[in-house]
Amino acid sequence: MSGTLTTGARLGAFWRSFAENRGAVFGLLLMVVLIVVAALADVLALHSPIEQYRDHFLTPPVWEADGMWRFPLGTDDVGRDMLSRLINGARLSLMIGFSVVAAALLTGTTLGLTAAFVGGAVDTLIMRMVDVILVFPSLLLAIVVVAILGPGMFNAMLAVAVVTLPGYIRLSRASALVELNRDYVTATRAAGASTLRLMFDTVLPNCMAPLIVHATLGFSTAILDAAALGFLGLGAQPPTPEWGTMLAGALQYYQRAWWVLAFPGFAILVTVLGFNLFGDGLRDALDPKLKR
Amino acid sequence: MLRYLLRRIMLIIPTFVGVTLLSFTLIHLVPGDPIEARVGERGIAPERLAQLRAEMGYDQPMWKQFLDYERQVVSGDLGLSTVTHQPVWHEFLSLFPATIELSVCAVSFAVLIGIPLGMIAALRRGTAFDFGLMGASVTGASMPIFWWGLMMILVFSVSLGWTPVSGRVSDMYFVEPWSGFMLLDCWWSDDEGACRSAASHLILPTIVLGTIPLANFARMTRSSMLEVLGEDYVRTARAKGLSDVRVNVVHALRNALIPVATVIGLSIGGLLGGAILTETIFAWPGVGHWIIESIQARDYPVLQGGTLLIAIIVIGVNLGVDVMYSVLNPRIRR
Repeated sequence: MSGTLTTGARLGAFWRSFAENRGAVFGLLLMVVLIVVAALADVLALHSPIEQYRDHFLTPPVWEADGMWRFPLGTDDVGRDMLSRLINGARLSLMIGFSVVAAALLTGTTLGLTAAFVGGAVDTLIMRMVDVILVFPSLLLAIVVVAILGPGMFNAMLAVAVVTLPGYIRLSRASALVELNRDYVTATRAAGASTLRLMFDTVLPNCMAPLIVHATLGFSTAILDAAALGFLGLGAQPPTPEWGTMLAGALQYYQRAWWVLAFPGFAILVTVLGFNLFGDGLRDALDPKLKR
Repeated sequence: MLRYLLRRIMLIIPTFVGVTLLSFTLIHLVPGDPIEARVGERGIAPERLAQLRAEMGYDQPMWKQFLDYERQVVSGDLGLSTVTHQPVWHEFLSLFPATIELSVCAVSFAVLIGIPLGMIAALRRGTAFDFGLMGASVTGASMPIFWWGLMMILVFSVSLGWTPVSGRVSDMYFVEPWSGFMLLDCWWSDDEGACRSAASHLILPTIVLGTIPLANFARMTRSSMLEVLGEDYVRTARAKGLSDVRVNVVHALRNALIPVATVIGLSIGGLLGGAILTETIFAWPGVGHWIIESIQARDYPVLQGGTLLIAIIVIGVNLGVDVMYSVLNPRIRR
């Protein structure tokens, strides 16, 4: 009983500290809306994201002179409903963000913990690799990786995961090195726990706070970089309703159809902003040291 | 100091080898045989293929190929572009000034606006100005700049007609490329119209590339300033009866800027990444634009060499930042 009580009390304290930050609550709200939209995409989208209405090319949004309620945010150059594409894009972006973060978090944490536990040459090797990756501007390295593996959404996700690895490796290694000197780790080791058990069962849970914050902020990096790759024609390929790819396809219409340009980018901005605000709030609430 | 410098330079060597190893490996991950890919569907006689492989060293073991590559890089040979047949190194040198010009303008814009704004926000902590600025800076830091650039073009070039859409200078003017820096060259050639044209071409790309650094610098200055304002020496200075301006600028801001200077230095890598997108949107003839074009043309020597050169520049800049930081803050020299 007392266990659940403390957990409840801790969650309450966490929430109070989190809710003090109005920006963070706003970010959480944006995220919730986005997740709901993504989950209900099939219900919310009035049209298929790839269905082309041949007699409705570049229809403006409903509040413009030639707009119609059938296409609330207008249509693109081949007559696809913008709103339905944006809604499906939300699902895609969250999926990209989640896969990239999950892959980078898993690989990065494993490498970071290995570096901390094994030490010596393995540590040096892993950390040198991190230094090398960090020397390249991350978007440039992602571009090169995709250019070599070939364009496409999966390769773009892989590239973004690779270039975001260093953050997770450094964070998990640094926190693990601190924890390794603590008495409870020595005690568990003396009790005969295996290294793997020490790594993932004993030490990792105590390193989670900075990793969670970094992963939340990593969502926005992943979505932004994947969209940038899509924009450069290296990410998801048309007719996939990925926001960056949609922007790339709309480029030539910038003089006569502002809506095909404005909405996809605005969706990226709102999504990234939501994750950034939430991540900042999470960091302040989880790490009281950083708070003034 | 000299010792610190030497140790720091020694640390570069493994990073440099790692960087060349990575760029070597990536190019070898390109699917297919490089010579067959170049010949295309016409095909090639097996004897000629073997001869070419031997000529270009592809028949050697990997480690030997890598050593050869390393030797070439160190002697400054990055191969020829498969499109223009010019040395990659020369192409890079002729395009890099455009990228530097844009980056320097963007960083100056971000510093000149971001630092004063961050300082004012710290001094007026909790006011509407502070909240507004922090909201704006989170938004700025979340900005997909490729979209931001398009929106700027839509508003300022298409609707208002204030600024040109792309390029570095209007075709009306011919400017002798002395230095490669368009503004300097125009100034040098004493052509006022060209100067004005070059400056107007710079405005939008500068703002677009400078947005994320601006947001970061403002945020960093604010938090660093808040920390310093709570220090004893600031309170002492105030108690001595010094004027507010003197306390805030000479005593507080100067110390608050030490971490900001590091952030500025470390933003160079991100800036070069952003330059790729900015140059693509504005058709700015710099190295970012060049690298994207090399991908479409499958010009692998350019892709490989250009990326490597950018990485080497980042290594150099990071070294400079570290040295500068150790001058500003001698405690870290140990």
